[in-house]
Amino acid sequence: MPAAPVVASGSPAAGASGFDVARVRAEFPILAARVHGRPLVYLDNAATTQKPQAVIDSLTRYYSAENANIHRGVHYLSQLATDAYEGARGKVARFLNAASPREIVFVRGTTEGINLVAQSFARLVVRPGDEILITGMEHHANIVPWQLLGEQTGAVLRVVPLTDAGELDLAAFERLLGERTRLVSVVHLSNALGTVNPVRRIIAAAHGRGIPVLVDGAQSAPHLAVDVQALDCDFFVFSGHKLFGPTGIGVLYGRESLLDRMPPWQGGGDMISSVTFARSTWAAVPAKFEAGTPHIAGAIGLGAAIDWLSAIGLGAVTAHEDDLLRYATAEVGRVPGVTLIGNARERASILSFALDGVHAHDIGQVLDLEGVAIRAGHHCAQPVMERYGVAATARASFALYNTRTEVDALVDGLKQVRRVFGR
Amino acid sequence: MTELSALYQDVILEHNRSPRNFRRMEDADRHAEGRNPLCGDQITVWLKLDGDVITDVSFHGSGCAISKASASLMTGAVKGKTRAEVDRLFDRFRGVVTGRGGDAQGGELGKLAVFSGISAFPLRVKCATLPWHALKAALERAEQVSTE
Repeated sequence: MPAAPVVASGSPAAGASGFDVARVRAEFPILAARVHGRPLVYLDNAATTQKPQAVIDSLTRYYSAENANIHRGVHYLSQLATDAYEGARGKVARFLNAASPREIVFVRGTTEGINLVAQSFARLVVRPGDEILITGMEHHANIVPWQLLGEQTGAVLRVVPLTDAGELDLAAFERLLGERTRLVSVVHLSNALGTVNPVRRIIAAAHGRGIPVLVDGAQSAPHLAVDVQALDCDFFVFSGHKLFGPTGIGVLYGRESLLDRMPPWQGGGDMISSVTFARSTWAAVPAKFEAGTPHIAGAIGLGAAIDWLSAIGLGAVTAHEDDLLRYATAEVGRVPGVTLIGNARERASILSFALDGVHAHDIGQVLDLEGVAIRAGHHCAQPVMERYGVAATARASFALYNTRTEVDALVDGLKQVRRVFGR
Repeated sequence: MTELSALYQDVILEHNRSPRNFRRMEDADRHAEGRNPLCGDQITVWLKLDGDVITDVSFHGSGCAISKASASLMTGAVKGKTRAEVDRLFDRFRGVVTGRGGDAQGGELGKLAVFSGISAFPLRVKCATLPWHALKAALERAEQVSTE
């Protein structure tokens, strides 16, 4: 198998942090792939990341040597599987610096985590006319669950507006925090704009009024070190597949005192304390929220991804990606006709842009034929597109295995787009 | 021919740059909007009918080069045709862009044959057929149609 020639040159070599991008890349089998006869340049990491061999091996090992159902068998394999599954919960708790593994609920992904909070916590606390406060840069997954809640309960959705640069209007946010606000739900790192929101400040302001806060960490967890106790957030959700883990597994962190109060949102096996036809009682957290056989292999794979990422260290990851984003912002921004969408002071890992007179899908198509994978479209954030007056954007999103050479391939591809479309 | 030039043929690029019949029609008999919710493409088609015959047709909206060029070439192809002829043309067009039906050469498709390269790009088939779905909806008096 030929090594991808795009590595090495132009990328920062192992620096003071010991971060060595070539060594990292070698751990991802798919990065050696060729696409349309070109080396794959994978810049769609905000959609999903590729998987290192350690994660792939963990799934193989589980299904080859440990597979059994958890929490019920007295037999050897069941104990192995239970230990591996609960071990993964412990890894997630340490990764987020949660006070206890009991605060970690395994879900399918960010979307399910937010729906769980909407249907369990929010349904418990909202009355008609109460408000859920979100922002203008939310993914549809942090909009629609609250609209469903509104239809069920009469709760009202309020939206913090955005500035032209792609930042939250914090003065407006503080004005919108009101007597009837029951929950603030805010994205940490915007998937459409790359904006990093000042969540610590947002949480402090909300807590000043006794309002709990959910942080959507789908994009932030793979790129920025997260400490839920330092943030003091009440809920934090993220997806395994954007953090080098398997699809179909994600995490809801919830403050234990809140999780304890919340009713289950799905009923079934594994979430009960006792069942009679007259009445059932619930298991303690987190089992209360994990009805049915969970995605055992997924949780174990996520645990392996966290081990792998933690061994590199998110500090080194952030530094490498910040360098890439600065470089990409300058180089892509220099291509004639390019407009960058989102110019927040604090950004990470995501570059969203439009090219004058060329639809984002055509950009994506031509780049694909050059081997460069980006996302084109509304990024499940249609209100953001509307706010900035574009139907769609092209989005390059970086992960720790990307290089400056790959950014150069993106820029060359954009020049090709301009040639094809006569711009 | 490279994959790139098979998809983005010169005729397509030219119609994307200078689309024909690209205007709103105030006095249309019928109109319908086609949307692709996955990518946000939106194209409205307006018609004038004389009995069963399309006497005028135009479109407006936003979309990628494929959907825009497809709409432009479609308006040229269907003017003066009856509903039955349009149905037959759309069937042949769809067959060619999906790679499931017949060859693009020879006769009826005319300039629309430039879209034959799309069969190698299944994700783009919906771009090429979006304006046709809008046209069909207008003929059937539906006001909105979605490719999803």
